[in-house]
Amino acid sequence: MRVSDEAELAEAVRAAHGALVVRGGGTRDVGRPVSGDVIDVSGLAGIRLYEPGALTLVAGAGTPLAEVEATLAAEGQRLAFEPADWRGLLGTAGAPTLGGMVAANVSGPRRVQAGACRDALLGVRFVDGTGAVVKNGGRVMKNVTGYDLSRLLAGSWGTLGILTEIGLKVLPAPESAATLVIEGLDDRRALQAMTAALQSPFDVSGAAHGAMGTLIRVEGFAQSVAYRADRLAKVLAPFGAVGVERDPARIAALWAAVRDLAPFHGTAGDVWRFSVKPSDAPGLVDDLRRRGLVEQVLYDWGGGLVWVETAPGVHLRPEGLRGHATLMRASAETRSRVAPFQPEPAPVAAITAGLRSRFDPRGILNPGRMG
Amino acid sequence: MHLPPPDPRVLSKKAHVVARLRAVLAEDAVIDDPAETRAYECDGLSAYRCPPLAVVLPGTTAEVSAALRICHEEGVPVVPRGSGTSLAGGALPTADCVVLGIARMNRVLETDLANRCIRVEAGRTNLSVTGAVEAEGFFYAPDPSSQLACAIAGNIAMNSGGAHCLKYGVTTNNLLGVTLVLMDGTVVELGGAHMDAGGLDLLGVVCGSEGQLGVVTEATLRILPKPEGARPVLIAFSSNEVAGACVADIIKAGVLPVAIEFMDRPCIRACEDFAHAGYPDCEALLIVEVEGSPSEIDEQLGLIRQIAMRHAPQEFRESGSEAESAKIWLGRKSAFGAMGQINDYMCLDGTIPVSALPEVLRRIGEMSREFGLDVANVFHAGDGNMHPLILYDANKPGDLDRCEAFGAAILKLCVEVGGCLTGEHGVGIEKRDLMAVQFAPEDMEAQMRVKDVFDPGWLLNPAKVFPLSVSAGRRAA
Repeated sequence: MRVSDEAELAEAVRAAHGALVVRGGGTRDVGRPVSGDVIDVSGLAGIRLYEPGALTLVAGAGTPLAEVEATLAAEGQRLAFEPADWRGLLGTAGAPTLGGMVAANVSGPRRVQAGACRDALLGVRFVDGTGAVVKNGGRVMKNVTGYDLSRLLAGSWGTLGILTEIGLKVLPAPESAATLVIEGLDDRRALQAMTAALQSPFDVSGAAHGAMGTLIRVEGFAQSVAYRADRLAKVLAPFGAVGVERDPARIAALWAAVRDLAPFHGTAGDVWRFSVKPSDAPGLVDDLRRRGLVEQVLYDWGGGLVWVETAPGVHLRPEGLRGHATLMRASAETRSRVAPFQPEPAPVAAITAGLRSRFDPRGILNPGRMG
Repeated sequence: MHLPPPDPRVLSKKAHVVARLRAVLAEDAVIDDPAETRAYECDGLSAYRCPPLAVVLPGTTAEVSAALRICHEEGVPVVPRGSGTSLAGGALPTADCVVLGIARMNRVLETDLANRCIRVEAGRTNLSVTGAVEAEGFFYAPDPSSQLACAIAGNIAMNSGGAHCLKYGVTTNNLLGVTLVLMDGTVVELGGAHMDAGGLDLLGVVCGSEGQLGVVTEATLRILPKPEGARPVLIAFSSNEVAGACVADIIKAGVLPVAIEFMDRPCIRACEDFAHAGYPDCEALLIVEVEGSPSEIDEQLGLIRQIAMRHAPQEFRESGSEAESAKIWLGRKSAFGAMGQINDYMCLDGTIPVSALPEVLRRIGEMSREFGLDVANVFHAGDGNMHPLILYDANKPGDLDRCEAFGAAILKLCVEVGGCLTGEHGVGIEKRDLMAVQFAPEDMEAQMRVKDVFDPGWLLNPAKVFPLSVSAGRRAA
């Protein structure tokens, strides 16, 4: 069923008799497979407010992300958290929407500097599982009025409420960028190099490592970028020969590949995503490698985010992991058998279950998707 | 300010509750002598006072858990307290409550420079978090004005901001994990040294929940490498409108200063009389600070100068030395002291869309005449967070009431133009009864459901945030 506005959506939720599968662009099929009536919210679209001088944008949750990004680009602005496009990773089609991006809290390489998707979230409107329309936050940059349900809804995968409107903080796009590249580092040395860069005062906006080498990005005004790239090259010199990429198109391509997980496009394995303390990352990967479970690895966020491809159906989440592991790509059968989201300790699981039972007392919003 | 009547059942068993608390806490960690509990009768919003039933000052998470479990079993409300610097009455006691002060828990537990984070006990003061890492070239970014005194626990409860959050964000953007003790004594770990939640972002909703969901005893905070340097400029304008337009143009140009502070004429005058910072005689004044290496600073300030010149400023004063930088900041930093010199004052904290700035300042000026009270405006212009300071005389009958009414009118105006009641101080007791201006009943219902889950008995920091009429059914249950 396709709804065209918030009131119609609320009515549809109130009238629902069973599970609803919430669908925006349909490009982020992650988590336990859910069956039920599809409720298509891509019609809740359109940019409702954009004030470049206030760094603020408000749009319907069904608005295509591409439309938002084009509108921002026309004013020299962008979404600082660099949302990823997962179509290549997941083999999905369709147009990613603003609501899907927030529901999955999708953040790209710039997460290390500019924060996550939910850090840019100024406010939301949503329809909860009872059909009530709720607003939280708003359109201003500093707001501590009442509880922050917006952050809670971000990354809730449509299980607490169906987003209808999103307010975002946007930022100026920089006039210039540079990327330092070191080839041939093993994972431990790469982690040290990324750490050295991120510990420097040179405002690194990306630190990734994989088959493409070890990449460090700086962005800003041209003079400043030149200065910081130069200083970072000195910081990184002990790790090997440092190349500096200055061509905007090639820099954009390098980071789009990290952001959108290009190395995993069209490959056959399952893909897991680990969020860990950066210094834990090489040990985690070593361990998996020793057990012969690793097809390929991509480190982002200075090592805080690790993408691992493994053979189909293999359960990669170790016991006692500090951080969390999410099964991002696998067959429906595997995702039914293996918990895609990190299981929570009992007291936390009790709070999560309590919140679900109050926001969605009938258990009809993407039921089971997260757990 | 209306508080619910104290529960007579709780008042009558004070001795019993205190004895049970003494049994699990150190001798000097339980205070019940009325002469001593008076020290806890208010926080930074000193217009409202109420001594608590008792005060506990636990030294460990286990002691916090034991104390909360007893209060939970006995049905005694608990008001968590960091350093007691809330400007919203967030730590105001009720007569039947136990104040749980976290100030004794102030140790650094782990400094992890490689992963750019620090684990501290939540009673540690904001500035001393930076103090623990600055020798290594790092700092903790959120910088509320009270940072010398305020505790991380309170910063987390109120999601505190500061002058530099245009670039670095507020507490929630710099918080990685907490140890949270629920009202029934359960200890929960949320987050850690990794980024973002694996499931629902419970950490995100705990931050800013004003101590109503649990007591934070430990926190993992993001620390950042210190920039190479910083330098402010002072720009004077002949009208608020022009200053506001200049702020918007600076932001649109792609410069992201770490701070853009705005002062209006009454504020400039008062600060100048008090601190003699040498501010120009003008209608509106901006202090814009940028960071980086000397050449990066020059580049950014060059751009800001170009933009400012398009708005024909009365003066553009660039700092040429540390001493000049200090002088530019001196007046701004003495704003509150300057106001205190003139009179009693109430500091408001609404946020507005930056574009609404000239209109809001004009209407505040009109209201000032209607209410017969002076007001000075100082605010974080880059993010629209206003701090109007209303001057009143506490000894003059009726002045406080008029001041409160004026304050409420300003906050309603903030909401009317698309903003909110509080940008960084929190709702507390102060803005509780205005919540319905910003939120529909369903909006508040959704928030209260979260409290139902964490604190089903509504014992933690009761009578705050939600209007009493709205929370009545739950508090009585």
